[in-house]
Amino acid sequence: MAVEQLAPAARPPLFYDPRVRAIFYQLLALTLVALGGYYLVNNTLANLARQGIASGFGFLDTTAGFSISMSLIPYSEESSYGRVFLVGLINTLLVSGIGVFFATILGFLIGIARLSRNWLIAKIAAAYIEILRNIPLLLQLFFWYFAVLRTLPSPRDSVQIFDSFFLNNRGLSSPSPLFEPGFSAIPIALAIGIIAAIVVARWARKRQEATGEQFHSFWVGLGIIIGLPLLAGIFTGFPLSWDTPELVGFNFVGGMVLIPEFVALVVALSTYTAAFIAENVRSGILAVSHGQTEASFALGLRRSQTLRLVIIPQALRVIIPPLTSQFLNLTKNSSLAAAIAYPDIVLVFAGTVLMQTGQAVEIIVITMLCYLILSLLISGFMNWYNQKMALVER
Amino acid sequence: MSEQGQSYTTGQHPDLPAPVSTTGVIGWMRVNLFATVPNAILTILAALFLLWFIPPVLDWAFFSADWAGQTRDDCTREGACWVFIKVWFRQLMYGRYPVEELWRINLAYVIAAAAGLLLFVPGLRGKPWIGLFLLVGFPIIAFILFVGGNFGLPVIETPLWGGLFLTLVISAVGIAASLPMGVVLALGRRSNMPVVKALCITFIEIWRGVPLITVLFMASVMFPLFLPEGMNFDKLIRALLGVMFFSSAYMAEVVRGGLQALPKGQYEAAQALGLNYWKMMGLVILPQALKLVIPGIVNTFIGLFKDTTLVLIIGLFDFLGMIQLAGTNPDWLGFAIEGYVFAAFGFWIFCFGMSRYSQHLEKKLHTGH
Repeated sequence: MAVEQLAPAARPPLFYDPRVRAIFYQLLALTLVALGGYYLVNNTLANLARQGIASGFGFLDTTAGFSISMSLIPYSEESSYGRVFLVGLINTLLVSGIGVFFATILGFLIGIARLSRNWLIAKIAAAYIEILRNIPLLLQLFFWYFAVLRTLPSPRDSVQIFDSFFLNNRGLSSPSPLFEPGFSAIPIALAIGIIAAIVVARWARKRQEATGEQFHSFWVGLGIIIGLPLLAGIFTGFPLSWDTPELVGFNFVGGMVLIPEFVALVVALSTYTAAFIAENVRSGILAVSHGQTEASFALGLRRSQTLRLVIIPQALRVIIPPLTSQFLNLTKNSSLAAAIAYPDIVLVFAGTVLMQTGQAVEIIVITMLCYLILSLLISGFMNWYNQKMALVER
Repeated sequence: MSEQGQSYTTGQHPDLPAPVSTTGVIGWMRVNLFATVPNAILTILAALFLLWFIPPVLDWAFFSADWAGQTRDDCTREGACWVFIKVWFRQLMYGRYPVEELWRINLAYVIAAAAGLLLFVPGLRGKPWIGLFLLVGFPIIAFILFVGGNFGLPVIETPLWGGLFLTLVISAVGIAASLPMGVVLALGRRSNMPVVKALCITFIEIWRGVPLITVLFMASVMFPLFLPEGMNFDKLIRALLGVMFFSSAYMAEVVRGGLQALPKGQYEAAQALGLNYWKMMGLVILPQALKLVIPGIVNTFIGLFKDTTLVLIIGLFDFLGMIQLAGTNPDWLGFAIEGYVFAAFGFWIFCFGMSRYSQHLEKKLHTGH
């Protein structure tokens, strides 16, 4: 009996075979996606044809005809839409880069302050974190832009800082450097200094590992990095002058102007992201067990050395992955620029250009691709750094 | 001084109280505020900062603020003008929803609050049914109430929706849709079938790699192109679709974290018991995995709730959008700060409440050691 019952079980019906089922399900999924995609593409093409919009990327060469309030590369109304895209992308990169820089510094400071043994400092840091991260970024951005920077006095009654920086509702005017011939010696000296400092640090490390003798490579390196450009400057007679902004009529002439949209965006992005980074830093430091601190004290390391050589390297391993996602978030959040009219890629390209040309599909795809590539680059870099810092196990 | 001559033998000294400098307020301050010289300097600087910062803020917000009145002329003092908020309060809460129909929104709030509160009653039976009602029954009731068109309720067009009401609708739909979609995507990403896996990874990574604004832009300009001629979605539905896709991708990554954290033995044990895939996931894996990632899920909810403000960029007037609109009203120019402070307070209460609740839940559900 038993044998008779087992015999058919040796070859189950085809549909109960997991492999056959898997193939069936996958084919089903593929078909559904393909059908859906075909339906959408078909509709889109029909709609575009009906609206008389020619698809393709030819529009990138057309003259834009509008001006942009801030551009790091030469741009005029005669420039093409492709140029507009570049200007927007560079502005996005600029604001994200500066935002990441300030957010990291502020975040580390607040994260450490949150763990301070000083009760008052710890509580202030905690209040900062809890308030900032529970309020929408867009609201904070509006606050900085409309409630703070827009209500600053007009250029005539600017707030003066050291007689050369002027803060008013048109932005922050500051002196801009004017490079004179011979100036290139200084950056070259700086580059040589940095390379020399790295070489010295490597040599000192090798010597310490071989002989145990220590060398103040940090101070020597700092001396080289600052000293060489200084020497170069003295020899060439500092071929650099400053163009200070001056009030002419109703506005400032000369110098550099940071537009208020840019200032608001950088302030909002970095203070908001700093609250999240601070929490990451705190949890990273707390993740290093107390035994590590005790062990390094037992080895005779000083408090600062313990922090620098024992705690931080281990904490960084915990901090870096969430830090990566904060950097990514900041970069993506920089697109909120559109709400206060900072000319980033979303505002000028996905906004104005789209409105003028109607090439919705191409423009949205290009914009999304830019952010995707940016995200991949940042996470790629951070993964590389993470691997460098990761624990080397057997 | 009569005790001076008294002598004690060893071991019989009375227990003296701890030195004053180590107990009580003074002791606490010595340890926590003035432990070292740099520490003391930091404390003094921080205290000075608070003294410089807090009194003017309190003065502005309460002591010299205007509370009573109906127009901007009633704001005569130098502090905040809360009259602005008072006059615009209904719009900030409900948008331009008709006044005589507001009971529909309020009724839905009451139903949701009652069902939600019942979930908190300890020891009450039938909680799963209440949960199911909130997830399935309530959205249907809310849809009928809000949109109208049935049961003699007049239709209210979505452009009239706004204020905190709209914010809650968008975030509730996003939250309710993102959890199941996220679970399915996460399971797909961990699947053994290469095609399903690839599709899920592509979907998740594309949405996670782009900012919500571009998603909303896409929803507002590209979705109409995707549809056949004549068929058109409401602007709100397009935004909701964008928010749903976006948040489900984030939710999928959170759930995946939970799935990865479970030891392989759980899967093997479930398979050894003869459970099929869906039973294994539904009865063994997901209950544990979701419990592990509750903080992550709530964080995603908080993020989504804050991100709903972005819909104002595509022209929907949510809570913040209404405040922007009120602030640009010619009769009420110059009260932006009051509006932002009020909005910040509103959002903060919701987000802080959610994060505290998640911490509480995390402690309650912590069954490990």
